[in-house]
Amino acid sequence: MDRRQFLAACGIGAGGTLLPGFAGRAIAAQQLVETIDLAVKKRLADAGLSAASGAGASYCDVRVGRYLRQFVITREANVQNIVNTESTGVGVRVIADGAWGFSATNAMTPEAVAEAARLATAIARANARNQTQPVQLAPTPGVGEVSWRTPIQRNAMEVPIQEKVDLLLAVNNAAMQAGANFVNSQLFLVNEQKYFASTDGSYIDQDVHRIWAPFSVTAIDQTTGKFRSRDGLSAPMGLGYEYLDGRAEEKMVSPNGVVSYRNSYDMVEDAIAAAHQAREKLTAKSVEPGQYDLVLDPNHLGLTIHESIGHPLELDRVLGYEANYAGTSFATLDKREERFQYGSEIVNVFADKTEAGSLGAVGYDDEGVATKSWPLIQNGRLVDYQATRDQAHILGKTESDGCSYADSWSTVQFQRMPNVSLRPGTTPMTAADMIANVENGIYILGRGSFSIDQQRYNAQFGGTLFFEIKDGRITQPLEDVAYQIRTPEFWNACSAICDETDYRLFGSFFDGKGQPSQVSAVSHGSPTTRFDGINVINTARSLG
Amino acid sequence: MSIMTESEARTILEKVVALSTADECVAQLTGSVDGNIRFALNNVSTSGVVTNTELSVQVAFGRRVGTTTINEFSDAALERAVRRAEDLARLAPENPEFMPAVGPQTYRPTATWSDATAAVTPEQRAEVARASIAPCRAENLIAAGFLDDSASFVAFANSNGAFGYQRATGMDYTCTVRTEDGTGSGWVGRNLKDISGFDPAADIQVAMRKAAASAEARALEPGKYTVILEPAAASGLITFMTRYFDARQADEGRSFLSKAGGGNKLGEQVFDPRVNFINDPWHEGAETLPWDGDGLPRERRALVEDGRIANLNYSRYWADRQGQPVVGQPGNLIMLGGTKSTTDLVRETERGILVTRTWYIRMVDPQTVLLTGLTRDGTFYIENGELRYPVKNFRFNESPVIMLNNIDDLGRPVRVAGNNSSFTVMIPPMRIRDFTFTSLSDAV
Repeated sequence: MDRRQFLAACGIGAGGTLLPGFAGRAIAAQQLVETIDLAVKKRLADAGLSAASGAGASYCDVRVGRYLRQFVITREANVQNIVNTESTGVGVRVIADGAWGFSATNAMTPEAVAEAARLATAIARANARNQTQPVQLAPTPGVGEVSWRTPIQRNAMEVPIQEKVDLLLAVNNAAMQAGANFVNSQLFLVNEQKYFASTDGSYIDQDVHRIWAPFSVTAIDQTTGKFRSRDGLSAPMGLGYEYLDGRAEEKMVSPNGVVSYRNSYDMVEDAIAAAHQAREKLTAKSVEPGQYDLVLDPNHLGLTIHESIGHPLELDRVLGYEANYAGTSFATLDKREERFQYGSEIVNVFADKTEAGSLGAVGYDDEGVATKSWPLIQNGRLVDYQATRDQAHILGKTESDGCSYADSWSTVQFQRMPNVSLRPGTTPMTAADMIANVENGIYILGRGSFSIDQQRYNAQFGGTLFFEIKDGRITQPLEDVAYQIRTPEFWNACSAICDETDYRLFGSFFDGKGQPSQVSAVSHGSPTTRFDGINVINTARSLG
Repeated sequence: MSIMTESEARTILEKVVALSTADECVAQLTGSVDGNIRFALNNVSTSGVVTNTELSVQVAFGRRVGTTTINEFSDAALERAVRRAEDLARLAPENPEFMPAVGPQTYRPTATWSDATAAVTPEQRAEVARASIAPCRAENLIAAGFLDDSASFVAFANSNGAFGYQRATGMDYTCTVRTEDGTGSGWVGRNLKDISGFDPAADIQVAMRKAAASAEARALEPGKYTVILEPAAASGLITFMTRYFDARQADEGRSFLSKAGGGNKLGEQVFDPRVNFINDPWHEGAETLPWDGDGLPRERRALVEDGRIANLNYSRYWADRQGQPVVGQPGNLIMLGGTKSTTDLVRETERGILVTRTWYIRMVDPQTVLLTGLTRDGTFYIENGELRYPVKNFRFNESPVIMLNNIDDLGRPVRVAGNNSSFTVMIPPMRIRDFTFTSLSDAV
């Protein structure tokens, strides 16, 4: 599901404001700060665990979930919609006769959870009849009663609605004052209160927070009918409302003065810049197609990493479980055996579920595995994938990578992408140093259109801002730029990576996978990075 | 309780509306039973049934709106829901674009229900999976697919006297078949209101044939080609474009339907004269609810007539502001065509490329609706009316506006499967000149 479908599913942007069931039931804002008593959650979980064991399950996990979301949607001087939703219930997953079974209920009683556990066991038994191989679960030690919380400073759910409305209307006003014709801005706030218990002896209580503050500014030339938009340069983050404090020390200024943001975002400042840059786009030079050296800002490169490394190394895709929907992967298991040269020798990519501020950071995944960080690509060579407990044995591993996630208590957990990030270069290098060495290149910031084939070979990416680089200097803005890549050639063309002082997180808030489709949120860190001799096309067309 | 009768629904809705002390109140009940089965690597991976019934209550004090949703229907719960919506409305900022609830309406029912689809059992779903997997196993092919079936109802009432109730069913089946060595891939999809017209044993043969025939694909140079787009291939581009038939966007100057100097392209010739798009809730095979999200009756309307922009979609607010008639937002899209099948179109093609399906379509430039995406699961070179050999998949960069000015021929519209949308879409297969492929993909 992409963002448009997600908004449509929420009834946002439609004429009617009635809210369909997708995002849970609508609640009053003050209920967003409530939690379920820990003892109640444990009682529900124990009811499920003992009922499953009693019904003959060899393994059971119970997830008691309360999923909260708040969306604030504005355009120009208007608040279009404010939505608070809550979805609460219990999902029970079991192994019986060597097969998985799953059932879920929104009735928060021990009896209902026990009944769900028995139903899940019956479904597992039915599935076992057609199963060719029993589930093999990598061992995971029980951790007893533990808890984990996203290290936030200010719970966004506790911030008054008025403060959020005031911020977005200030953003819109600043953009309009700076010359925008239109501006849309939103806040998406998520809190997952997740309790996990399993027959391994774990009772894990987690409180996960995420925030995203996108906007889009449009400038129009009425005479020519041309219009251009410039989206915000923020990243969705695993942070609290403090992300919107706009702290000066977290600003990153590019060699030509474009301001990007690390762990703190100044939305008003970015909206003013967006209004100017959207106007500038109307008269920017249309790119000459050809081969260029690309200098890619982290706020752009994150999506390229997501599509061309994150997805192809999902083990379920590699094995064929996503063949009918998201697709398979070119990075087949034999490529790990032969240490396939995925990228140039300076390319080191790691998977991670722990990095502070990232969307993927949790203490434990949705099958109770303590999270970690591990290499995927070392010195350019493919070394590993992303696995869950029932996949670890396929890779010869004795433990899961902790990649299990479900987007609701009512959906079954499966393998989802962890944070996948590019390690900074070890030689000191700023973006300015990098650009100074480029003869004929394009500097790209921000996300644009993105498309990649079902095995993750051929991709095309646009961006938000494009600048021509000539003889080591940024000369002028460009438009109509998109680059086309073949994944291994692209990463093998990586010739320079800035150092850790330039490292920033980008992210995807609504990454879709599975049938029925589930969304997840994931971050991608990188510094500014250079790729040589990349094929750039011109995307301008005439409708006559 | 998931599928309520009209009188059960009416009783609850009338209670809710009567409980409200706000200036106006709109209550909506929705209920569904959704069943699914998923399979991959010739094994069932997941299957399940989700039932859900929900009541949404939206109230307004002046231009301040509050909404709440519950899934229990005792008198006390209904009262709580109404009071909570009222509390939210009092706290909400004014919406300057607020439009009052519609008055009493007459909705002409549409044939959206099938008893057979509503009665699907877990055993039937398992049989669909078996009918897909067994022939693949027998021929050393690998199937991955998904069947989703649903029965649902929607009912609403408001304090201005409008009321509607209708039930609907639907099913969507998709299956991707791959050769064991991963060099061939084929696809088939079926989307129906009535599952009794679904024959998975016949459909799977299409995907199997394409999988086997697409192995060892040859590389052609990217460039402009005559293509035959099967309905599933054309649908992704066309439905993407029709999202931008919004009058407000066009009037604001940020759509391909905006005119230089201001205004929109209503009445202008934008496509080949053979292009006709209609929205029609009663269209046989594409039936949809006879009212929209605001409770406005839907009508049969041409969006594009003989290549001219016949209508744009106005929200109630924008119609009111622009002095336009208020019409329900569409719930389906039908592109009219002829009577030929895809096979007929292939037979009449001297040289071209058959595209089974398109994938990962994204907007590159909204100014021209330039879209990029890829072919997938069965791409073949045609010569003298016959499929000669499989070709490697292509990336395209093409605008459906340009594509629909390069029409050679249109076939018989079919209901499109796997489009991930609540919109029902019927699209014909089509032969298009000068379709722009910009690079090759190694993906199978």
